[in-house]
Amino acid sequence: MQPHEVEQAAIRRGTMRRWLLSAPALVIIFLASFGPLFVMLAFSVLEKGDYGGVKPWTFSFDGWANVFFQHDIFTGELGFADAHLSIFWRSVRLSIITTALTLVLGFPTAYFIATRPRKTREIWVFLVTIPFWTNLLIRTFAMQEVIRNEGVINTVAMRLGMISEPIQIMYTDWAVLFGMTYVYLPLMVLPLYASMEKLDFRLVEAAYDLYANRFKVLRRIILPLTKPGIIAGSILVFIPSLGAYVTPRVLGGGKNMMLGNLIGLQFGKGNNWPLGAAISITLMVVVMVALLVYVRATARAGGDDRGR
Amino acid sequence: MAGKRHFDVRRQPGFAFVAMFSFFALYLPMALLVVYAFNAGDSLALWEGFSFRWFVSAWQNDTVQDATLRSVIIAVCAAVLATSAATMAALATTRTRPYRGQTFTYALINQPLMIPEIVTAVALLIVFSRIKVWTDYSGLGYLIAAHTAFCVPFAYLPIRARLESMDLSLEVAAADLYATPWKAFRYITLPLLRPGIIAGFMLAFVISLDDVVITEFVKSGGQDTLPTYMLGQLRRVVTPEINAIATVFLAFSVVIVTAFFLMTRKKT
Amino acid sequence: MAFPDRFDGLPAAPRCEGVYKVTGDTRGNNVAIDVLGVTKVFGAADSGFRALDKVSASIRQNEFFTLLGPSGCGKTTLLRLIAGFEFPTEGRILLDGEDIAALPPFRRPVNTVFQSYALFPHLTVAKNISFGLEMLGWPATKIASTVERMLALVKMEPMADRLTDQISGGQQQRVALARALAPNPRVLLLDEPLSALDFKLRKEMQIELKRLQGETGITFVFVTHDQEEALTMSDRIAVMSAGRILQVGSPREIYDRPTERFVADFIGETNFLEGEAKVAGDRLLEVRLDAGATVKATAPDAALHAGRTTVAVRPEHADLVPGDGPADLTGVLKNIVYFGTDTHFHMTLDNGVPFIVRQQNTPGEGSGFSIGEQVGVRLHADAAQALKD
Repeated sequence: MQPHEVEQAAIRRGTMRRWLLSAPALVIIFLASFGPLFVMLAFSVLEKGDYGGVKPWTFSFDGWANVFFQHDIFTGELGFADAHLSIFWRSVRLSIITTALTLVLGFPTAYFIATRPRKTREIWVFLVTIPFWTNLLIRTFAMQEVIRNEGVINTVAMRLGMISEPIQIMYTDWAVLFGMTYVYLPLMVLPLYASMEKLDFRLVEAAYDLYANRFKVLRRIILPLTKPGIIAGSILVFIPSLGAYVTPRVLGGGKNMMLGNLIGLQFGKGNNWPLGAAISITLMVVVMVALLVYVRATARAGGDDRGR
Repeated sequence: MAGKRHFDVRRQPGFAFVAMFSFFALYLPMALLVVYAFNAGDSLALWEGFSFRWFVSAWQNDTVQDATLRSVIIAVCAAVLATSAATMAALATTRTRPYRGQTFTYALINQPLMIPEIVTAVALLIVFSRIKVWTDYSGLGYLIAAHTAFCVPFAYLPIRARLESMDLSLEVAAADLYATPWKAFRYITLPLLRPGIIAGFMLAFVISLDDVVITEFVKSGGQDTLPTYMLGQLRRVVTPEINAIATVFLAFSVVIVTAFFLMTRKKT
Repeated sequence: MAFPDRFDGLPAAPRCEGVYKVTGDTRGNNVAIDVLGVTKVFGAADSGFRALDKVSASIRQNEFFTLLGPSGCGKTTLLRLIAGFEFPTEGRILLDGEDIAALPPFRRPVNTVFQSYALFPHLTVAKNISFGLEMLGWPATKIASTVERMLALVKMEPMADRLTDQISGGQQQRVALARALAPNPRVLLLDEPLSALDFKLRKEMQIELKRLQGETGITFVFVTHDQEEALTMSDRIAVMSAGRILQVGSPREIYDRPTERFVADFIGETNFLEGEAKVAGDRLLEVRLDAGATVKATAPDAALHAGRTTVAVRPEHADLVPGDGPADLTGVLKNIVYFGTDTHFHMTLDNGVPFIVRQQNTPGEGSGFSIGEQVGVRLHADAAQALKD
């Protein structure tokens, strides 16, 4: 065998080995996660079955049309699907506010952790990690304990005489907002902490030397330098908020649905699989766009902090 | 001036206060949940004394037992499968020069993380409901397959990190000392990789155990796991029995996370 | 307190033209910074680490003042006390006669060139330079003209819009300098700013720094552990060790007339000779060396120093002579080390003490001495300096 043939054979063997090793992971993900998305895409353009499912090989764009439009029950006129649009709007709005709230709470928290001495820092990180890995349903249920009519907030407020009757928080947008802020806060703190841990405080020192006060140091030095963490945290909170299912279902009830619940509904009582599939794809596209923005933003922010 | 020893460049006014509020807010609800698990009465609001009765009642509840067993079976199967697949994939994708298809492999492995769970859940519902009709099989296999898929990226992460921090020259040294590739893997790579694999397994296990959304849509009738059972219960009148279940669940998660934390910390 | 007003109220600081106005302080001399008995303890007051121990120094206006010492001697701590990042445990620091102890760093008209440069990676070169001016609230036109002037001063005009990680180490150094000089501080503090540069660039920057100091007329307080750097650049040097200032003086004074063993040893090479001293005049001692000769030596201070004493002799303040001729000291040549510009002759004196003679090389043949040979040493007049015990 010629030397280059030996080399070629070795390269071929390496490629074979690589794909064989990756195959199980790729196959399982393709079969039970990625592939079904295409089937769903197909289902979104079929006609809905009478009792769930679809009528095979009967194409229809009703599913997609129904995402935004609906026929008036009485007049049969085509109008905007107000219910859907308001759920869309609620999802986007609650997700944005949730992201903002977790940022407002998470930024000082992450900064606090990052400025602790190295030994105690691990303990604080650990305290954020525990809720991070704790069952989301349980944490939502725990939030319910706090905000329901007989919960801590109302009980304490009534005892203190601040209110005479319990404030109804459960089954309102506020409940969903509190719940999502609560369950997604660790998702904001951890990436923020990761970028703050890398923060070079000699730069902060230099800024103080150059007449910047506490606030100006925060705005002109710390915020720009931790931007990758802010973007990462925001995206990590925004995306699951937009697709939230459990928290709005438990805390928001049937009236304060978000997109996830609207999708779920079409596969349950709604019996409109093509519509559910179409909304799912819409949600997925929005998420993809958000991710794309994220990737671009971090690429740019990454360019800014090379050489730190 | 008095007492100040240096100008603290790290201080930001009010930040410590907000941080304390955040930690308080993170733990207060969970603490309440645990406390009411020990309530003697059947209310979640009025404290009627300390008791273990709800733990006992949960323990004796057949449905809970059933759901717990099912949760564990699924989590063990999914974690074992996902960790095995992730380990192989990590071996294939790390420590090589960039190759054709590497980006594709990364993207596909991480795909489950990038799609909202509810979307994956209904997509799986669509596909699996068809397969159920065609094959007439409606066992736990569907749930295990779905769980395995979304556990792979979680298991992959620590294993890959471990591999990337590993010294390549060790295997070269082993080869130099007449170890065949398999023996080098068996006696050098695998032992060094073990902490990463265990960490990956633990992550996968917890993630599978915690899942609500995908399980809720994929499960066939009577296939409740502990989380979906609890989700169903929350719609009814809630007794502290749910708190008791949640408390045990919580304790279990804390133990695993602590173990994971201690293990990944030892490395540094 | 005058400084906060100067920096808060007035957008254009009065001295932003870069013209230095000599104003005496309350005591009538031109002192920029007065360090008065400053002690700094890290940790508990009684058991903590004493980084500075009752340090006093007066840094004159318009002076290139160097704090020289090995790492851990407290020189950086003193710098950080002046900058305002640390507060003294005891003692006071006056800037132009005013106590600045209570001022945070951003209220002190003092700027620092950091060892790591600490350039803001998210800002351009020009934005880095304008940062301090913006913080002071200067009007935009004033900022623009100052930034331009600073860029010209450090010859960085073409790089104005680069990010700071897109320029070389020497260029980063210049930007750090320009950034600290832009607000025209009363005092510029430089914390080992040249340590990250390679040898050639360091030499260039030493000259550059001297030029900048001359052009701006700003007081420079320079921290270094490099004795050669200190000698070439400074107007005055303070040699520090273990949290204390041992000697302050011009480079020549420090080198030729070290008063303490540590100073003599730390700066340059020195031979130490023991002997018996008796007073021979005003600040003059006559020392009978254990090695043989009797020499005249300058006393370290005005106090009388009779008795056992140590005398320092620089290797180049002595000549090597053949062993059979007249000589102050005699011994055996042990080693000859060629250095290019000069040659070091390592010898052991008759009483067993090592002694080094340095001789300038001349083109042509070698020294004519060989290892193992009996040789003599003739000390130059004034070569001997007696040290404090």
